[in-house]
Amino acid sequence: MSKKSTEPTGAAAVSQSPAASVHANAPANAKLSAEQRIELYRKMVRIRRFEERCLPVYNSGKIGGFLHLYIGQEAVAVGACSLMGKDDHVITAYRDHGHAIAVGMDTKPLMAELYGKITGCSKGKGGSMHYFAPDLNYWGGHGIVGGQIPLGTGLAYAVKHQGKKGAAMAFMGDGAVNQGAVHEAYNLAALWDLPVLFVIENNGYSMGTSQERSSAGELGKRAEAYDMKFYICGGHDIYEVRATLDAALTRAREESKPAVVEIDTYRYRGHSVADPDKTYRDRAEIEDYRKTKDPIQVFQNQLVLEKVLTPALIEEIDAAARAESERAVEFAEASPFPTVDDIQKDVYWETDQPKRTSEGRIFFNQP
Amino acid sequence: MPVLTYREAIRAALSEEIERDPNVVIMGEEVAQFSGASQVTAGMLDKYGPKLIVDTPISEAGFIGMGIGASMLGIRPVMELMFWSFYSVAFDQIVNNAANVRYMSGGQIACPIVIRGPANGGTNVGATHSHTVENILAHHPGLKVVVPSNAADAKALMKTAIRDNDPVMFLENTILYGEKGEVPEGDITLPFGRAAIARAGKDLTIVTYGRCVLHSLAAAETLRASKGFDIEIIDLRTIRPLDVDTILRSVAKTHRLLIVEEQRPYCSIGSHIAAIVQEEAFDELDAPILRVGTIDAPSIYSPPVEKQQIPNVDRVIAGILRLL
Ligand SMILES: Cc1ncc(C[n+]2csc(CCOP(=O)(O)OP(=O)(O)O)c2C)c(N)n1
Ligand SMILES: [Mg+2]
Repeated sequence: MSKKSTEPTGAAAVSQSPAASVHANAPANAKLSAEQRIELYRKMVRIRRFEERCLPVYNSGKIGGFLHLYIGQEAVAVGACSLMGKDDHVITAYRDHGHAIAVGMDTKPLMAELYGKITGCSKGKGGSMHYFAPDLNYWGGHGIVGGQIPLGTGLAYAVKHQGKKGAAMAFMGDGAVNQGAVHEAYNLAALWDLPVLFVIENNGYSMGTSQERSSAGELGKRAEAYDMKFYICGGHDIYEVRATLDAALTRAREESKPAVVEIDTYRYRGHSVADPDKTYRDRAEIEDYRKTKDPIQVFQNQLVLEKVLTPALIEEIDAAARAESERAVEFAEASPFPTVDDIQKDVYWETDQPKRTSEGRIFFNQP
Repeated sequence: MPVLTYREAIRAALSEEIERDPNVVIMGEEVAQFSGASQVTAGMLDKYGPKLIVDTPISEAGFIGMGIGASMLGIRPVMELMFWSFYSVAFDQIVNNAANVRYMSGGQIACPIVIRGPANGGTNVGATHSHTVENILAHHPGLKVVVPSNAADAKALMKTAIRDNDPVMFLENTILYGEKGEVPEGDITLPFGRAAIARAGKDLTIVTYGRCVLHSLAAAETLRASKGFDIEIIDLRTIRPLDVDTILRSVAKTHRLLIVEEQRPYCSIGSHIAAIVQEEAFDELDAPILRVGTIDAPSIYSPPVEKQQIPNVDRVIAGILRLL
């Protein structure tokens, strides 16, 4: 079965005794059809296989810059984005591949973006940290820690201003909570009753700094100071993620109220592929999470228990995800790079139009 | 003479200054336990302990501002920005507090802080992580701006920076960190505002700094070999103060000026220098002053295209050939 994989997903890998999720009967989950459950599972597997496929490409030098992998956290993005209605929006930081696939982006342009090809989702201009798909209500992909949080608040402001019944989910890490911009956004959201969820994906570390070494007090609880509701939940059981966020999202949409949602999760890989990950945590800690809480394994067990997944289907999903990431690589390999002329496209709206709308010199090139 | 990398040279300066002055403290994200994201401070936690080598949360406005405050009481903080690109989070602290506190207090308060980290493109980290901010910093009276091009200068200028009583913005380069050079031993400092003649010549002057010094040297060698051109290269070392005299002397000798900078052209260091040279040496010029810089757009990610967006040897050669 799982031939070259590093993270097993095959039925034979079921090691823990599968206990049924206590969140299976939450309204958000009880109403899911078997197909929908399989789709949630499939998305998590697709994210993992895509990212695993990125690694050798990065190591071969075809991906530049940073590569922050989401492996281990899949249930958070997939659970959250599966709850999105047409007026709900998502924004996150640089660890953005999972959310991109979760909202429905095609993996071919995602891979091409990593290669820096013109067929990439940002035409090779953004790179790994800067994926966007506004057509899918996905607003990035942001490289500056905490910088996306006021933007997420702005998405909620716009939704409210335009009289829509939607909400924004603004994702950040446990390190980002210490940026001033985050606190300013909290206050604005609470003060003006904006329908935004500040979702903290607490994977325990910001680069090599553990939560204890970076943050005073409890992270979710900081909401209290702004009279905001907060939720804390586990991020390994996608049912729990969905149950919690469903409640928070419904409240945000119906009552136009912000909330903080702190989700406990874990990343298996280094902060980025460049992080040797040797100094700040034990191998045993990673192994332990992987063995007992791996979100894909946990959901697989659950769905086997529910008789929704069979060993054959598990194999099929895994094989399809591998084949998909292989096709993404082929697509990226075959695509052309942008040209030097492309550098100055997409800078201003008006210079991309057939007709300029202002006068004066806008770019200053030297001969 | 010992050969050190640029990274080791900075580390040596930091270490010697910590040992010399008990008020020197090093702070920043991941500088201690993780050895620094670019390994500049590797080993320093073990050697000097957590009181002097301090990991901060991701709170640039907070910790940079805190460093500025502490410096008013005589601490000499050396604050690492993992990338200079993140300075924008702390911009208010830098341009309103560090740059102005001396002035607004009528000279009563000094602010001997150093803020350091890499500021460069060329590593495909995209638009948010590739800002080259020396022009923006130098625009603010009260700040000093240093951009060393080699290991020896990096060490000597860092020592000067730490001893300086004004806020010093020290801009390094991730691509230069591994570059080796001879670094004289001992307590050697360099005054700010003294440029180096990196290469003497008579046909054309290149004014440059930072990594572009390397591109310029390579271009000058190529054109000496192929065309016999004799090009003078001035390495500014510091952007503010600026060694205007050395620039003018060289222009008076060569009568042609090319400025090479990893900067977008609009309001760049090069625009400033061009303005000064035409004001003060108009009659010396036999040709327009040209610049080779970054193509005027945010930093593109695409690795092969980013190489073209920022100055490289070929683009410097093309610039020289327009003037000679
Ligand atoms: C303003 C700013 N400071 C520092 C960085 C460098 N940096 C990138 S990610 C990161 C750690 C963030 O950790 P966390 O918020 O927990 O998110 P995670 O990486 O765990 O997903 C740091 C320090 C940055 N990109 N932006
Ligand atoms: Mg984290």
